[in-house]
Amino acid sequence: MELFQYPYMQRALVGALVIGLAAPALGIYLVQRRLALIGDGVGHMALTGVGAGLLLNRSPVLAAVIVASLGAITVELVRARGRTSGDLALALLFYGGIAGGVMLVGLSDSTSASLNAYLFGSLSTISPTDLTTIVVLGAAILVTMLALRPALFAICHDEEYARVSGLPVRALNLLLAVATAVTVTIAMRAVGVLLISALMVVPVAAAQQVTRGFRSTMTAAMALGLFAAGSGVYVAANADTAPGASVVLMAIASFAVVALGGVGWRTLRRRRVAAAEPSAVEPHEVVLSRS
Amino acid sequence: MSAPVITVTRAAIGYEGRAVLRDVSLTVTAGEVVAVLGANGSGKSTLTRAVLGLVPLSSGSVALFDQPARRFRQWHRIGYVPQRLGAGGGVPATVREVVAAGRLARRGILRPPGRADRRAVETALAAVGLADRTGDPVSTLSGGQQQRVLIARALAGEPELLILDEPTAGVDATSQEAFAEALQEFVAGGGTVLLVAHELGPLRPLISRAVVVHAGGIAHDGPVPEPAGHHAEPDHDHVHPHGPNEPAGLWSA
Repeated sequence: MELFQYPYMQRALVGALVIGLAAPALGIYLVQRRLALIGDGVGHMALTGVGAGLLLNRSPVLAAVIVASLGAITVELVRARGRTSGDLALALLFYGGIAGGVMLVGLSDSTSASLNAYLFGSLSTISPTDLTTIVVLGAAILVTMLALRPALFAICHDEEYARVSGLPVRALNLLLAVATAVTVTIAMRAVGVLLISALMVVPVAAAQQVTRGFRSTMTAAMALGLFAAGSGVYVAANADTAPGASVVLMAIASFAVVALGGVGWRTLRRRRVAAAEPSAVEPHEVVLSRS
Repeated sequence: MSAPVITVTRAAIGYEGRAVLRDVSLTVTAGEVVAVLGANGSGKSTLTRAVLGLVPLSSGSVALFDQPARRFRQWHRIGYVPQRLGAGGGVPATVREVVAAGRLARRGILRPPGRADRRAVETALAAVGLADRTGDPVSTLSGGQQQRVLIARALAGEPELLILDEPTAGVDATSQEAFAEALQEFVAGGGTVLLVAHELGPLRPLISRAVVVHAGGIAHDGPVPEPAGHHAEPDHDHVHPHGPNEPAGLWSA
């Protein structure tokens, strides 16, 4: 534990915990609307922003927020039009994003080490200013996702019904797109653009193995995200492994534990129910045999 | 004469250049229960979707509660029951959570649910006979029960007009009756109903008027027509696939 006496380790831990909490709170909506991998694509596009920031000697994080937001909004507009050609448009955006990023970083004076820091995360180099950005934006995401839960649940669960309810569906969709871009960008420093989607999606995937409702899934996913972030940083500090990868592996490990536990619990319950009483069956709608 | 609730004037609708409806006019007044009948692909679902503004008109106009649809904002007066519940991305949702979405039109997106909202959800669930399933994930319910969840969601908003798209297609007998009962209660309370159906079943006694959509126009507007030919046989059973005009794909939620 002595490692956590150093301010840089404390910053790493706080940053990871904020992201661990905020990423699944957003990710649950993406999973619900079958856009689980969108975070990955937006991460690719954020890399172009990083490259532009490094090249122009401006804040890479700020540039990444702007480019990723523009990218996410474009993706949302393509999705809303519902054309089949949409996935090709997405492919163009995603790979254009990562290629642009690699090229721009190369053109700047930065070393390949700084590219790696954004690709795979670099928690231990978080500055106090970075941490403030992560905490403020992370809290904003968290509050928005929790406060707008009924409305966001409605648009992700049944978009047409939400429109007929008079909800501002387009505005909420764009909000979700920008929130994805912001989350990706702050999580970029912790786990890197290549692993961001994992923190948004894996805790949700784990939670829904055992939960029954949307609200309970969201709570459980946030708890699992928090656990993965905390334990991942702890493991990384003690075993000297890459923090981003450690956090993601802890999330996947918790998925495996929850999934196995869920299967075991259901089997146990089914046996108990089967032993207790035969379940009521609705009468057949057709006459199966005449006597 | 009661106030018009839905007024469709000379509406034409097409998908990608192919005309589905041409020159359709329809008026539904308060307290009526109108069934839109027609074969699969006749455009009957398209007509209701156009009324709701989910499908754009290529010409003509729609008015809701005497207001042009473009300026209509009182969505809490309408309850919509789609053909079926979307599968979603696998994130579970309880029956109560889905039905509670029906309150959003009334309370807006920022106000948290209050006591009146919770009571309306309970009442709606009781009306469709699902009061004992509120905490269950909707995915564990049968198709008919899921359909009842959708009508409960619409009823929870305490609407004046219910628009239902094939509410009883492929639904078990128990659910059909529970459905008819809930609808009857709604009509007895002064509600107006527009429902699309392929067959009416237990809903038939409730219908005050039938509109038959055929070949892009309205072929009949009046009392419920008697079934013809082999459709009239008592043991005739409809087996039909769902309509072709639903967009589906990776990016449609």
